[in-house]
Amino acid sequence: MAISASVMNDGRTELLAKEVTITNELGLHARSAAQIAGIAREGKGGVWLIKEDMVVDAASVIDILTLACGQGSSITIRVDCHEDLPVLDRILALVEKKFGEEN
Amino acid sequence: MIVKEQQEIILKGIGASPGICIGKAYLVDRGTVDVVKKYIIRKEDLEKEKNRFKASVQRAKEELHQIIEKTPEEYREHANILETHVVLLKDKMLYGKTIETIERERVNAEWALRKVVARLKDIFRDMSDPYFRERGSDIVHVSNRIMRNLSGADHVSIKDIDKRVILVAEDLSPADTSQIQLERVKGFVTDAGGMASHTGIIARTLQIPAVLGADRATKTIRNDDLLVVDGTNGLLIIHPSESTLIEYEERRARHEIRIASITRGADAPAVTTDGVRVEVMGNIELPEEVVAVRDFGGDGIGLYRSEFQYLSRTTFPSEDDLFDKYKDVVEVMAPRPVVIRTLDINGDKAVSYLSGADEANPALGLRAIRYCLQKPEVFKVQLRAILRAAAFGNVRILIPMISDFEEVVQVKRLLDESAIELERRGVPCRREIQMGIMVEVPSAVVMIDTIAKKVDFFSIGTNDLVQYAMAIDRQNRQVAHLFNPLHPALIRMVKHVSDVARDEGVRLAMCGEMAAYPLHIPVLLGLCIDELSMNPQSIPLVKRAVRTLSASDTRGFMDSLLKQVRASDVNALLREAYEEHMTRHVHTE
Repeated sequence: MAISASVMNDGRTELLAKEVTITNELGLHARSAAQIAGIAREGKGGVWLIKEDMVVDAASVIDILTLACGQGSSITIRVDCHEDLPVLDRILALVEKKFGEEN
Repeated sequence: MIVKEQQEIILKGIGASPGICIGKAYLVDRGTVDVVKKYIIRKEDLEKEKNRFKASVQRAKEELHQIIEKTPEEYREHANILETHVVLLKDKMLYGKTIETIERERVNAEWALRKVVARLKDIFRDMSDPYFRERGSDIVHVSNRIMRNLSGADHVSIKDIDKRVILVAEDLSPADTSQIQLERVKGFVTDAGGMASHTGIIARTLQIPAVLGADRATKTIRNDDLLVVDGTNGLLIIHPSESTLIEYEERRARHEIRIASITRGADAPAVTTDGVRVEVMGNIELPEEVVAVRDFGGDGIGLYRSEFQYLSRTTFPSEDDLFDKYKDVVEVMAPRPVVIRTLDINGDKAVSYLSGADEANPALGLRAIRYCLQKPEVFKVQLRAILRAAAFGNVRILIPMISDFEEVVQVKRLLDESAIELERRGVPCRREIQMGIMVEVPSAVVMIDTIAKKVDFFSIGTNDLVQYAMAIDRQNRQVAHLFNPLHPALIRMVKHVSDVARDEGVRLAMCGEMAAYPLHIPVLLGLCIDELSMNPQSIPLVKRAVRTLSASDTRGFMDSLLKQVRASDVNALLREAYEEHMTRHVHTE
């Protein structure tokens, strides 16, 4: 799975990837993965999750599960095109608010 | 015309629920994918093939939605699993990849799906985290459902069974059992599963005979085959001969008469011939099992294992969830006591959302009270639920895996804090509940006189105490034969605990399976154990055994037993003194 360059059309580079630590108790289990995939599917281009050297499609619950992200693991969320930055931010916010698990 | 009589076949499994039943087999076909044929699709038919696949997925989705809708409130946790299945149905890696494979390799949908799933299965099988590894089976369940629709197999739903049958399945999931009209089921037979499986628990609760783990049952049995299920001995007989049928019909009748006669009078207290009362209680895991304890005349719940509420889900249960479950049991048993054991998660029951890193030695690792004290915020949710349930009946709290005095002090502090939090919230609760510890770690045995000053009762967990005291891993075939609860070392340890308990005025209970065997009762009486707790089915027999014995005789007998140095000598002495007595007075078959 290739990741396209993070260079915008006007030549200006913009950060299309952000790193975040999984802090919810359960990690990226089936239900939290489903929430991420739901948002990622709205992206126009690819949305990826990266853990160490593994890159998976954020639109696939199964793919996310194969990362086996427990609590405390650190992942990078990456989008292919800058229009998808809002998608990235929404996933980021979701992870940061611990998927609403601990209310 | 020559009618060839079918050969009688006997399969050995695990007798997960005692009793005998004779009846016709009903195979629960879960559409497993043993024979998937591969064929090439012509280019002009590819679109049609892809649509066939999409339609099957759509149907699978509708089926799942229907099951979810019809799932009663008490099984909602299982319905959550099914909602995940709905999401998986349309997942790119399953749905997208299968369509891609049909297109690229020009193969039929069944073959493409099987190929995609096989690869996914490999990926999940290799994962070290048990939670994530288990998700592989979710993918298999989902793909089986699609496969069934693809093959057009007319799948008869288990809920439509219209005659009394013996259910035969590879395995039954909680979702399956929640759909079955259990009054139509005479017996259970499965390829997989054991005593502790969901099916095993349900079968014992409903007192339906079950032989589980009978390896090749579904491969051997055809629908409507005549079966004999001997749940007492773990035997399954397919196409029984006439003489076998007669034999088992007689045994079944005898078994029912025996159960009726044992159960009759089971409500009466177990008092020895010289007037010593022993409380005989039941061990349970699911709230539903409380009915069995009552039916079998249990004097209370001696061990309510609380793990199930944590294991059957993906998130921590809330205080209200737990409170509801505890209250159910407490109210049904009141005024009889219910001993709730706090979370005892161990190596073989690891839950991904509970377990941290992999442990090389789970039995010596972060389990039970150690885990709870490290996660007080998790532990206090359970403590609050228990204190709240205590307002509705007679509740005692039991702390597992205590190995150190300080742990007891900490638990008491957390209990106080929990009560204060509840009082602040204005929620009814009861702080003055009895607290006890599981005696299962040798260091607790050695320090038992100090711990006695802090607690109301001890409960001896024989299995773990044997494991830790003798350094025997029961899962290890090389040493499992050394495992013996009648080992002199064990008897001496229990004797020490018993002496301290009497001196300090602490009640002594035993909740290991050791307590369930009538032949062990003279030893346990001799060791002055006040309460015995076991699987509910054994209660009537144990009560009966107690009533035939004299406590002072067994105490005299202990003097000679304590002089033995070998487990085999203990065994021989016990058999010599009491085996015939038990056969004559207790086992009336």
